[in-house]
Amino acid sequence: MKTFKRGGVHPSENKLSAQSPIREAGLPKQAVFSLYQHIGAPAKPVVVKGDLVKVGTMLAEADGFVSAPVFSSVSGKVSKIDAIVDASGYRRPAIFVDVEGDEWEESIDRSNDLVKLKDRPELTAKDIVSKIKDAGIVGMGGATFPCHVKLSPPPGTKAECVIINAVECEPYLTADHRLMLEKPEQILVGVDLIMKAVGVTKGYIAIENNKPDAIRLMTDKAGIYPHIEVVPLQVKYPQGGEKQLIDAVIGREVPAPPAIPIHVGAVVQNVGTAYAVYEAVMKNKPLFERIITVTGKSVNNPSNFRARIGTPMSQLIEECGGLPEDTGKVIGGGPMMGKALLHLDIPVCKGSSGLLIMNKKEARRGEVQPCIRCAKCVGACPMGLEPYLLATASAHKNWDLAENNDVVSCIECGSCQFTCPSYRPLLDNIRTGKSTVMALIRARNAKK
Amino acid sequence: MANKLIISLSPHVHGRDSVQRNMYGVCIALVPALLASLFYFGWGAAIVMATSVLACVFFEWAITRFILKSNRLTIADGSAVLTGLLLGFNLPSNLPLWIIIIGALVAIGIGKLTFGGLGCNPFNPALVGRVFLLVSFPVQMTSWPVSGQLTAYTDATTAATPLAIMKHAVNGGGVQALAELPSSMDLFLGQTGGCLGEVSALALLIGLIYMLVKRIITWHIPVSILGTVAILSGLFHLANPVYASPEQVLCTGGLMLGACFMATDYVTSPMTAQGQLVYGVSIGLLTVVIRMFGAYPEGMSFAILIMNAFTPLINTYCKPKRFGEVMKK
Repeated sequence: MKTFKRGGVHPSENKLSAQSPIREAGLPKQAVFSLYQHIGAPAKPVVVKGDLVKVGTMLAEADGFVSAPVFSSVSGKVSKIDAIVDASGYRRPAIFVDVEGDEWEESIDRSNDLVKLKDRPELTAKDIVSKIKDAGIVGMGGATFPCHVKLSPPPGTKAECVIINAVECEPYLTADHRLMLEKPEQILVGVDLIMKAVGVTKGYIAIENNKPDAIRLMTDKAGIYPHIEVVPLQVKYPQGGEKQLIDAVIGREVPAPPAIPIHVGAVVQNVGTAYAVYEAVMKNKPLFERIITVTGKSVNNPSNFRARIGTPMSQLIEECGGLPEDTGKVIGGGPMMGKALLHLDIPVCKGSSGLLIMNKKEARRGEVQPCIRCAKCVGACPMGLEPYLLATASAHKNWDLAENNDVVSCIECGSCQFTCPSYRPLLDNIRTGKSTVMALIRARNAKK
Repeated sequence: MANKLIISLSPHVHGRDSVQRNMYGVCIALVPALLASLFYFGWGAAIVMATSVLACVFFEWAITRFILKSNRLTIADGSAVLTGLLLGFNLPSNLPLWIIIIGALVAIGIGKLTFGGLGCNPFNPALVGRVFLLVSFPVQMTSWPVSGQLTAYTDATTAATPLAIMKHAVNGGGVQALAELPSSMDLFLGQTGGCLGEVSALALLIGLIYMLVKRIITWHIPVSILGTVAILSGLFHLANPVYASPEQVLCTGGLMLGACFMATDYVTSPMTAQGQLVYGVSIGLLTVVIRMFGAYPEGMSFAILIMNAFTPLINTYCKPKRFGEVMKK
């Protein structure tokens, strides 16, 4: 069975909510929409205080090519535009909407009928990309890179295949898994649309073999799409990393930055993105809700929700049985790459794939001991880097050493720190080194 | 908020590996060889090993506490116990107590703590202790008891070791001198003279397999050392039968102990797979050269210490293959 070649670790999977069907989260009293829900320029508000909005009304428009519009997920009145501390930990502008009723824009097709690509032969590649762009779709796996940008290959490059990332290698998270079990046909139409948008005839759906039910179902449903192949992968973290996934599925390595996947002919999209593409193109539904896993060992009822974007996390936690007594840390995303949240009123945003509640015991880091030079971090690094060296170089502010040893290639997957027997904060240090070196490189290029 | 949340960067989970797990893992891997040494050398082996371990742990504690004035309990990490065991393994079973204690002081005090303790020492501490004793007390360190004297200690009868016989064959004794060697099976099982922990190749290999299965070490260093020594000594043996055969070379002296446990020391060996291969092959080469042409019958300890000194250089030049590098040109 296929997997990526270099490094990798095996964290305990802890997929507590794998058997729990997706349920509808309740409507919030007030929904909060951050303008920074994607990578790129923040969205520009098009509403003002007092405006009445419906479900699907645009609140803020894209500001440039690498940007995405934000839509209201609720109906009601814009109460203010103010700053919040969002899931990134930064203070950022957001639009607040007080919820009244649940009135949708008429243009949205709310029926459950499956619309296939062959039912809409008039759709061109250009139409599909522009619909995706107008619907504000971003990478739903958590990276939140605007989807239409990846579907518009830069001049001189050509897409050869589409790879759908249904790996979900983060422990605990089950949102993609449940989506595949419950909406396989819609996902396949989404994949078909993405393939048409970039003009390729080969599509892969990559699923780790800890989800045999999803592999079976998707393979079965993909029978009528001869150009789409379901690829089971051996379980290994960080297989959901874009570069690792391309290596695992088609055996090609994306060169070091600034090269991107399209340089080896691959377009990678998350399985949640494929579903959002289906809804946007075939159902005229902009991106205003998503699947999110709320889980943790002390949580009463670990669940998967279809939640409106802007819903406060605290409400989802209440619906799972409330915040456990012994809560130590709440993480937006999975335990390997997610971010610890500063407070629980942070709203669900486009990239919120999960909410993990850790108890006090789990949340504590082990005592740091001296590096024993065991080289386990070197063996675990999926990028072929030397984490011990990069961490030391960064801690000593030796930026040249860090740069010469390719610190910018680090994908921040955390495998090194996960594996370190001395509990050293390797990735904490490497992040500092990476961001400083990237800033130095930018400054150098600007001078030229 | 009443319930304060902990904030830290990812990753938020850990693989639960630890320094202790690795150090005590190596100690467990040494158990078969330890039992073999008790089986062949009896009380002598027990006394030497116990002294060495206790002395190493004591010096680690005393020096950190009273000279370095640190309250960190570094003896808990298991590295001092391991150094003590490995030092003991490298001594003859009739060595007087006071010499062992000096060896432990040099190993822990000079070999390890002068450089900053665990993780900072450039040379393998147990080998620093052993080589110090070898050059300071050459007589006591090179008179090895005959195996099987279970109740003897410093009064044990000594005899020439296989390595001395091999050296004698090369230095004029001729092929007939090699006939005095024990059978290859005896050498493999450990029915022979030598340092107490190094005699049984079988027991050491069981330990090696344990460490590989538990992922404490990777195969690169032991396999490259043993492979290099086997090939080189095979070539010498083919060219001139006065040189012992590869299986005799592999099963004698500290070769197996060095390849499995001394050269694989985390702190003093290279960090990358490529570097570890360079290091292993070099140790194999140096060992054969010292054994065949040097003044000493045994070259393993010196070969490892010499390559320890090259480890930083190897780390600078042997980089792992970066992801995507194939595509660069």
